[in-house]
Amino acid sequence: MKPDRLLKWFLYGYLGLVFVFIFSPILFSIIFSFNSDRFPTIPLGGFTLKWYETIWQDPDVWEAARTSLLVSFSVATIATFLGFTTAYTDYRYRFKLKPLYLALILLPPTIPLIIMALAMLAWFAKIGLSGQVFSIIIAHTVLTAPFAMAIIRLRLSQMDESLEAAAWNLGANQWRALRRVIIPFCRPAIVSSFCLTAAVSFDEFAIAWFISGLNKTIPVVILEIVTGNIDPQVNAIGSFVFLTSMTLVIIAQVVLMTKNKTEKENHD
Amino acid sequence: MTDSLVEFDSVVKKFGDFTAVERMNFTIDEGEFVAIMGPSGCGKTTTLRMLAGLEQPSEGEVRMQGRVMNAVPAHERDTPLVWQSLALFPFLNARENVEFGLQMRGVDAATRRKRALDWLDRLEIGEFAERDISSLSGGQKQRVALARSLVTEPKILLLDEPLSALDANLVIRMQSMLTRLQRELGITFVYVTHSQSEAFAMADRVVIMSRGRIAQIGTPKDIYRAPDNRFVAEFVGRNNIISGKIKSSSGKSVLINGSLGDFKVSLGGRAKPSPGDEGSFVIAADLVHLSSKKPRAGNQIECSLISEEFIGSVVTLFLEARDGSEFKVQIQERELADMDLKHTGKVFVSWDPERAHYIGAD
Ligand SMILES: Nc1ncnc2c1ncn2[C@@H]1O[C@H](COP(=O)(O)OP(=O)(O)O)[C@@H](O)[C@H]1O
Ligand SMILES: [Mg+2]
Repeated sequence: MKPDRLLKWFLYGYLGLVFVFIFSPILFSIIFSFNSDRFPTIPLGGFTLKWYETIWQDPDVWEAARTSLLVSFSVATIATFLGFTTAYTDYRYRFKLKPLYLALILLPPTIPLIIMALAMLAWFAKIGLSGQVFSIIIAHTVLTAPFAMAIIRLRLSQMDESLEAAAWNLGANQWRALRRVIIPFCRPAIVSSFCLTAAVSFDEFAIAWFISGLNKTIPVVILEIVTGNIDPQVNAIGSFVFLTSMTLVIIAQVVLMTKNKTEKENHD
Repeated sequence: MTDSLVEFDSVVKKFGDFTAVERMNFTIDEGEFVAIMGPSGCGKTTTLRMLAGLEQPSEGEVRMQGRVMNAVPAHERDTPLVWQSLALFPFLNARENVEFGLQMRGVDAATRRKRALDWLDRLEIGEFAERDISSLSGGQKQRVALARSLVTEPKILLLDEPLSALDANLVIRMQSMLTRLQRELGITFVYVTHSQSEAFAMADRVVIMSRGRIAQIGTPKDIYRAPDNRFVAEFVGRNNIISGKIKSSSGKSVLINGSLGDFKVSLGGRAKPSPGDEGSFVIAADLVHLSSKKPRAGNQIECSLISEEFIGSVVTLFLEARDGSEFKVQIQERELADMDLKHTGKVFVSWDPERAHYIGAD
């Protein structure tokens, strides 16, 4: 019993350190975004909202925010749609080349981002699509659709196999069974997948930097500000981006977890 | 047309190389309560799914009211199924689950609601109409599933081991509810089960299946008293099966010579064994007479007592004969107490040749 306890505290400590390691830079960035000194030094200067005012008034930042929102919303919609349809195809049908089909769908996240970004750049340039918002949407969809597929596929695997057939048996054709049974059952996973893909797209830098051209997304603008000079503006934008992504990720988690909880009760 | 509601005509169902249902022929009449019974994996669910249009027969025809149904998709049939897993929609409440079939048929919201509530009331769960499925007990879910299937007023209801998840007490109550419901509605029930007690308690006719084939069709009494073959005799349980060679045959009865001696068996119907054939007969455990003294004549075996099993007022005794074979006897507990068997090592079982049932060699 004693060693168990020790191990438990050790693991908690380890977990705590991991969190500190990951979140302290972000925490400092948020703190410095309210710091009146230009340089991030301790002791801190006074409290200020100056940097937030600066970015509020910067048309470039606004433009980038608009692009980012448009991109991430579109990406989330398309990727979730693709994720759902591929997951459902996998669930519903048996066919010969299914392993290949699945491998192909799950491939993009295994490709190093830089390679993917370069390939996308070359390809878009070739077909005359480079530098457009549309191209970022396509690229991000390729990147995120596998996540959507994985989340929805997991949900489908938890479904009672008879559920869809029960809908047919009660007079629903395939299409109505899909709409009235499969989609409602998958709703938590769909919402969650929408939030996660939006968050990934909103944050993604490498691909966006290579192919965004004049249609910069927020991460690209941040890099440009940082490479120019040291400017606490980036802390302000960073805090904003962090908040957005975290909110989306937390929503995704909560939606999935509340659903699992009600289903656990179901089994008792 | 005949008045049979369902006809299976040489129906075969294959999954790849595996034959799940082999050349099945039977009919179900309107208003009948038919049980399909057999061990797990014998093709009961597959048979039911072919009726519901969820599987297509590989060969043969399934007809309903004379119409060939093979190509009719599931959603165009009126063959609601109560699933083994119940398959209630977890994201809908009890009432919405019941309304589903009506909604698919385009019934308007107000009517739908009323009919769903009527059915929930009828099955005595009206007060749970707005509850989430996850908050209902096993028995309540069962009733929601029944209401969901019956609300469209079908001619036939298919049930796939609907009581297998309930505890014994509840099973008895649900059985009587189902029987009553079927009589009141006058619709056909096709009830799949692996439980003999469920099938015999409820069904007008029982179809016994073994490895994709029909082993016997008949009333519970037929199947219990006159099994067609060894599989049925064994599956039904509490039967003693004795095999041997036919020594002589008089047309009305035969003498079978087994390892425990000669036994006279009267012939019931079709079987016409001739001397020299292999043959078996069944004597049900409850038709055997038990005594501590050797009977004067007739079919008898000397045994020793191995163990006893009490089921309420009835006792099953497991005996062992001289050749090591097991012999089962069912008698009243009171009768057993009067006999005081424990002190005599040996017992004699005997039976009336009229009570034994000849089943051929298989
Ligand atoms: N879709 C299927 N694909 C392959 N084999 C199946 C399929 N459905 C059922 N089977 C097989 O057919 C046999 C009969 O199954 P089933 O009708 O479910 O049996 P039961 O309901 O009597 O337990 C089983 O051996 C089962 O494995
Ligand atoms: Mg089954």
